[in-house]
Amino acid sequence: MSERALKIVVPLAIGALALVAWDLIVRLNHIPHYILPGPGLVLHSLIEDWGTLSASLLVTLRITFSALLIAVVGGVGLAVLFSLSPWIERSLYPFAVILQVTPIIAIAPLILIYVDDTLTAQLICAWIVAFFPILANTTLGLKSADRNLVDLYRLYGASRWQMLRHLRLPSAMPYFLGGLRIAGGLSLIGAIVAEFAAGTAGAGSGLAFRILEAGYQLNIPRMFAALILISITGILIFLIFSTLAHLLLRRWHESALQPER
Amino acid sequence: MPIDAEDQTRQQDMRAPVTSAPLVRLEHVDKTFANGTEAIRGFDLSLFEREFLSLLGPSGCGKSTVLRLIAGLAAPTGGTIMWREGAKSNDRRIALVFQEPTLMPWATAFDNVYLPLRLEGLPKRRVASRVETALGLVGLDDVAGAYPRELSGGMKMRVSIARAVITEPDLLLLDEPFAALDEITRFRLNDDLLALWQDKRWTVLFVTHSVFESVYLSNRIVVMTERPGRTAAEIPIDAPYPRRDGFRNSAAYGERCRAVSAALQRAMTP
Repeated sequence: MSERALKIVVPLAIGALALVAWDLIVRLNHIPHYILPGPGLVLHSLIEDWGTLSASLLVTLRITFSALLIAVVGGVGLAVLFSLSPWIERSLYPFAVILQVTPIIAIAPLILIYVDDTLTAQLICAWIVAFFPILANTTLGLKSADRNLVDLYRLYGASRWQMLRHLRLPSAMPYFLGGLRIAGGLSLIGAIVAEFAAGTAGAGSGLAFRILEAGYQLNIPRMFAALILISITGILIFLIFSTLAHLLLRRWHESALQPER
Repeated sequence: MPIDAEDQTRQQDMRAPVTSAPLVRLEHVDKTFANGTEAIRGFDLSLFEREFLSLLGPSGCGKSTVLRLIAGLAAPTGGTIMWREGAKSNDRRIALVFQEPTLMPWATAFDNVYLPLRLEGLPKRRVASRVETALGLVGLDDVAGAYPRELSGGMKMRVSIARAVITEPDLLLLDEPFAALDEITRFRLNDDLLALWQDKRWTVLFVTHSVFESVYLSNRIVVMTERPGRTAAEIPIDAPYPRRDGFRNSAAYGERCRAVSAALQRAMTP
């Protein structure tokens, strides 16, 4: 078997083994399904409740991607401002750090109190966690343009705009894409955390709301089903942005090159 | 070595610059960096039109600083840099080649060479033939669409030279351009650079720490002391062009290398 096929087969085999072990543990110990359901029951619940769960998934996805979009626009925009003026960077960067290091779970209840619309509050929570990796990475990327190239641009009388458009932004691209990959996952986490904080009072009905709801009803298989959906969504977001980064960088950046043998 | 008539006339007009006033003159120039490092002190240099001048000195003697001052990328902290009357700063065309190829990795060879024209605001379609000509001058007609990582070290350096010459510069500044290349590639690029210079007659200021390279290429060599750099000696190399491998193996070449080596040795003993 080729190494490439093995790379896919081995993790799949381990996953299958874990599922079998899970099933065996539940069966042999006669664990009741309201404590730990077997994988079969979880799958059954996933199919049975697909109508409700998929609607909730859409709600969560909408918050995740709206927050991510705002984080990208705001993060890149602010990073460009930072690169144009060190003073703006010095004045604002510390606050971006404060925003990042304060745990979102601790601020979420406050945001929910001050913002009337729950959906908007959730959006803000998801945005707060997604924003920083984009800002920090893009700022770093804009600064890491080759110094000699910067000199060359100056020698040819490049305008600030030309310097940004043709040199600094392309230099920042790999950094930005790295930040985007992290921010995508964080945005989902932020959305889920906000939903939990909103609890059953939340007007929306995202996946976290379904988990809470199923918990109150002791519908453990459904909790697992919702949890699995969240994980799969996170994995897909990661894969989408990894692929995007690969497509954009494969012609020139070290990170996207195949190792030569 | 036989010298034919054409070579002799070429050599003749190379010895007599078009105008007697230098293209640029540095007088008692000092450069101290913000961190207190004194790169050059009381540095004098006259650069004449159409000459191939090499700046020779040990590593860290301020050679690159001299280039950056002439290019206008840094300001001197003392002394004056005077350009010849009429050579106003904004219509002076200066090109710079670094020790590293310094290409944009996200752009093809074509787009890298196109860069100076793009920054002038010239649309790509209108100048495509100029870019191709420049790539042809350095022998890279068939790699226009290649990305830098797909090119060898020597080819990358050729792209870098094509980018420098596409603006038809009045002054070509080269900062140890071949130092990172293997010897065979370096010899070949030396020959190609000399051929280009003889053809186009730019003024060239070439920074190097190689005695052999400077003797092979230049009309004139300025030897610098260790940091803070000053002019220690000026040595004309009056061998005729074109210089080829024959020159590299001649006794005249060896003799001149010895003389320049001795001058460098003297410059380095305080």
